[in-house]
Amino acid sequence: MTSYGSYRTVRLTPRRGSVARALAKDSPLRRMDWIMVLSALALSLGSSLLVWSATRGRDNLTHGDPQYFLYRHLTNTLVGVVLCAVTVGIGTRRLRTAVPFVYLGVLLLLAATLTPLGSTINGQHSWIQFGGGFSLQPAEFAKLSIVMGMAVVLSARVDAGEREFPSSRSVVQALVIAAVPMGVIMLMPDLGSVMVMGVVIMGVLLASGAARRWVFGLIGAGTIGALAIWKLGVLSKYQIDRFAAFANPSLDPAGVGYNTAQARIAIGSGGLTGMGLFHGFQTTGQFVPEQQTDFVFSVAGEELGFVGGIGLIALLGVILWRACKIARQATDLYGTILAAGVITWLAFQAFENIGMNLGIMPVAGIPLPFVSYGGSSMFAVWVAVGLLQSVRSQRPIGI
Amino acid sequence: MSNIPETGRTQRVTIRLVVLQILVLSLLATLGGRLWYLQIRTGSQYAAQAQGNHIREVVEPAVRGEILDASGRVLVGNETKLVVSVSRTSLLQQKDHGKAVLTRLAGVLGLQPKEVQDKVRLCDAKTPKPCWNGSPYQPIPVTQQATTQQAMQIMERREDFPGVTAQPTAVRRYTGVEGASAAQVLGYLSPVTDEEVTSTADKTGRERRLPSDQIGRAGLESVYDDDLRGTTGIDKLEVDNLGKVIGSAGTVPAQSGNNLVTSIDARVQKVVEDQLAQAMTDARKVYDKETHKNYEADSGAAVVMDVHTGRIIAMASAPTFDPNLWVGGISAKDYQALTDKGSNYPLINRAIQGLSAPGSTFKVISTTAAVQAGYSLDGHYPCPPSMTIGGREFKNFEGESFGDISLEKALEISCDTVFYYLSYDQWLKDGGIKPKNPADWFTKTAHQYGLGAKTGVDLPSEVAGRVPDRQWKQAFFDANKDAWCAQAAKGGHEYADEIARENCQDGNVMRAGDAVNFAIGQGDTLVTPLQMARIYSALANGGTLYRPTIGKAIMSPDGKLVRDIAPHEDGKIPAQGKLLDYIDQATAGVVTSGTAAWKFVGAGWPQGKIELHAKTGTAEVAGKQTTSWLTTYSGDYAVVMTISQGGTGSGGSGDSVRRIYQALYGVDDKGAIDNNKALLPKPQAELPKFNPDGTAIIKQASYDAPGDRAFLDPAPATGSRAPAVLALAALEPARATGRSRG
Repeated sequence: MTSYGSYRTVRLTPRRGSVARALAKDSPLRRMDWIMVLSALALSLGSSLLVWSATRGRDNLTHGDPQYFLYRHLTNTLVGVVLCAVTVGIGTRRLRTAVPFVYLGVLLLLAATLTPLGSTINGQHSWIQFGGGFSLQPAEFAKLSIVMGMAVVLSARVDAGEREFPSSRSVVQALVIAAVPMGVIMLMPDLGSVMVMGVVIMGVLLASGAARRWVFGLIGAGTIGALAIWKLGVLSKYQIDRFAAFANPSLDPAGVGYNTAQARIAIGSGGLTGMGLFHGFQTTGQFVPEQQTDFVFSVAGEELGFVGGIGLIALLGVILWRACKIARQATDLYGTILAAGVITWLAFQAFENIGMNLGIMPVAGIPLPFVSYGGSSMFAVWVAVGLLQSVRSQRPIGI
Repeated sequence: MSNIPETGRTQRVTIRLVVLQILVLSLLATLGGRLWYLQIRTGSQYAAQAQGNHIREVVEPAVRGEILDASGRVLVGNETKLVVSVSRTSLLQQKDHGKAVLTRLAGVLGLQPKEVQDKVRLCDAKTPKPCWNGSPYQPIPVTQQATTQQAMQIMERREDFPGVTAQPTAVRRYTGVEGASAAQVLGYLSPVTDEEVTSTADKTGRERRLPSDQIGRAGLESVYDDDLRGTTGIDKLEVDNLGKVIGSAGTVPAQSGNNLVTSIDARVQKVVEDQLAQAMTDARKVYDKETHKNYEADSGAAVVMDVHTGRIIAMASAPTFDPNLWVGGISAKDYQALTDKGSNYPLINRAIQGLSAPGSTFKVISTTAAVQAGYSLDGHYPCPPSMTIGGREFKNFEGESFGDISLEKALEISCDTVFYYLSYDQWLKDGGIKPKNPADWFTKTAHQYGLGAKTGVDLPSEVAGRVPDRQWKQAFFDANKDAWCAQAAKGGHEYADEIARENCQDGNVMRAGDAVNFAIGQGDTLVTPLQMARIYSALANGGTLYRPTIGKAIMSPDGKLVRDIAPHEDGKIPAQGKLLDYIDQATAGVVTSGTAAWKFVGAGWPQGKIELHAKTGTAEVAGKQTTSWLTTYSGDYAVVMTISQGGTGSGGSGDSVRRIYQALYGVDDKGAIDNNKALLPKPQAELPKFNPDGTAIIKQASYDAPGDRAFLDPAPATGSRAPAVLALAALEPARATGRSRG
């Protein structure tokens, strides 16, 4: 503070310019977790090279412009970052009151996919096409809305100080909140997303402090449910085939097992330092299908090697590590649940995606957060980063 | 971290958050571990798989080296043909998988669409031929016979023929230069087998066989395959998952093979082939009193050798075949015609694989054996009409009698009884049927002349022949004893039964009859025409046995010497000095007054100017007509001709062998010598000279044959009778009884 002389009155709250305000200790910018944001940015921007490498030779996808996917991925990242900033700008408190509207809005979009507005890609009726090649996958946003919806319901009475832990009634309400969009997504059918949501529900319940019987009961119910789905033939043939090929990759290397076998060859042949960007045999030869989306990790593995692959996993680790810190330091249960939900979501999705690339998880159409090409996923994960940042900004200065 | 306000969290939530954090970390650690396993532990295995996925090799065949005669004439060359090929990868990228293009192509080439489609389909277990056996990335030849017009149509309308090329390509050509075929000597090529491709897959460079390779399978093509083949060029292409080419991973250009200069003279070769055919045709007009029909003359062979080096100037075998049948893959029908029973096996080179008893041509060896055993060259020996040895009568040819004669005379008139006596006498000295430290001069001398062993000629599948010495007798007895005794036990009284009985008792013993038969080149002795040419060359050159060779030098495609194939002395024959002069004189006597006089001096040969030496032979074969032999030499050349079921030595081959000498020295039918007409008055020592473009500079004029030339057609193979002169004959005992006469 500057003194201008004894005759001057000193303002209690200093009048500051916009720049000074933005750099002030209590400003949202100063209160952001920059390690997490920069890691996420590094992943998103760096992966544009992987997406580029995977697609520049695929003329049937790029419409003759080898940089098509590079620019699209960068644009998606930019939009994602803006959405993140908007989320931070709105702030947790205001957003908390808006959760019902967000939830209902996403539910409407989900329902729209089942109407003639939706379109089918890879056997899933999970897309809404807009003009100009722009399309949306509402299931990605549904993951967000489930986390937010459950957080609101579970934390309401605890944060009000009425109870120490969520009541069974709250738990049931939260499960209903999650079940409705999951039901719609199951109709698409997008079982990969349903699987992610199932895991997210566990994470949310775990972090909410709900009674142990709920947590373990749900794990048991999930297992029985999965078995029932398997036995009752709800799954379509290609989903069973995918799973069979995972259990035994040599079963049908030319057919179902082809994707995983080729992805594994790509990654394995990368060695320690990889074959160099744009020089992977498997990538330039387009041997790995869906390589810019579900199998984007195989590009990193082949062209950047163990060093690149571990680097990518490490960046995800940094984001998740910082997110765990945010969850622990949240000032209310709402923030804790929100952060834990996002952590479970990103962590499981990263594990499932990289795991299927490495052949230790069955194939499911799940994108790798920040890395896979795809607008909806990119937007959703950046909004999630925004949510984490706004939870962090709740805590008192000095922490 | 002091001054923490109320966070709204309970102990339970804090613990659960720690659990969540640990779970997240362990998931990431799992991924890291698995990544390490895939990329570091087992990475090389995946790298190999990626390489195999990604790299396709297209080969550019090397131009095979040429086989030249001694003057540089192209015996085997390469012909540029317009080959129309189709790229499968390009066809598969088309909407209808190339069906329309192939149909159009068939139209241009005048073929049925089905024929073209069949040629470009890939072979597998279920696909019948025709189909493509090579790499699917290799352009598949549809025809090697495209006309220029067809090629133009294809190349000018490229948009109508995507994936089709019409390119001039080198195709093997057996030229028949100067009319010479030399089929069995040159050999042929055939594509590599799958087995050869897979068994050399881990080799590199020239060692590695590629699906497009052609390998020499017979003759010089086979022996000098490594020199001729060159190095195949390899274009490594990077392909994508659809097999589309997306880049190049390096190119190794093709390197032409080296040329082989041989000692063959194409013009002499032509004369020898014609004369062999003529001799066989003539023999078939002669009536055989023994079998009461004309001579079959089913097969024959002739060799002309340079006596100073052992180099082969001409080598013919009848019946013969057209090596061009093998170019571009032999058809099943043609192959069967060359190999089935009725074909009389034209693929066999009878000069090195044909076996027969040498008959009286063996007597030069017997003479040497007698002298080595201590009989005097100046002595006189009785030549009665017959001798009774071991209870069996051995007769002279047609029961002739000459009183006491010298060894020289015995050779000249081919008196069998003189050699019977010498051999029997020697057999008695060796202990008879109870041998005591036998000297075995006769069989020992045969070995010293190189019989019973391969000559080492640079041709494949040569056979060794047989000298029926005591060792062989024992081995043969051990192998056949059971069969002989079984036949003897039946108690028959046919000639064969008697023989079997005798053999069963003491077949391992060298009996008097064996020794007597051996001395006149009958019995179990088997020789090849090349072995005899080598022996008579040694008699001509002063006693040196050379290893016969056809290859003279390996030259680079631009005419530089790569490797010289020098003559190789294998040793000396035991006839030296006085004995050699003696044999020389006796064999000259055969030409002037002996058994071959009527075909040489009597037919106008100028013996005073160009001295020839000869020995005739008529070998008996059980159940067949006699094999004729004529072994001759001049100062520079040895000429040997033999005809299976061809009559007597002089009668069967006399005219033909004389005509070969006439051609070599430029002698006309009246005996006048014209050096300008001589094909080869002296063997050619120098290698041919080459133009900078690799073609040879050929100076000599072509030969104008003396006498009648109405023998251009090769001898047709005779009927279904099994050939008498066959490599396989070595497996069966060819037993013959006495009586030999040239």
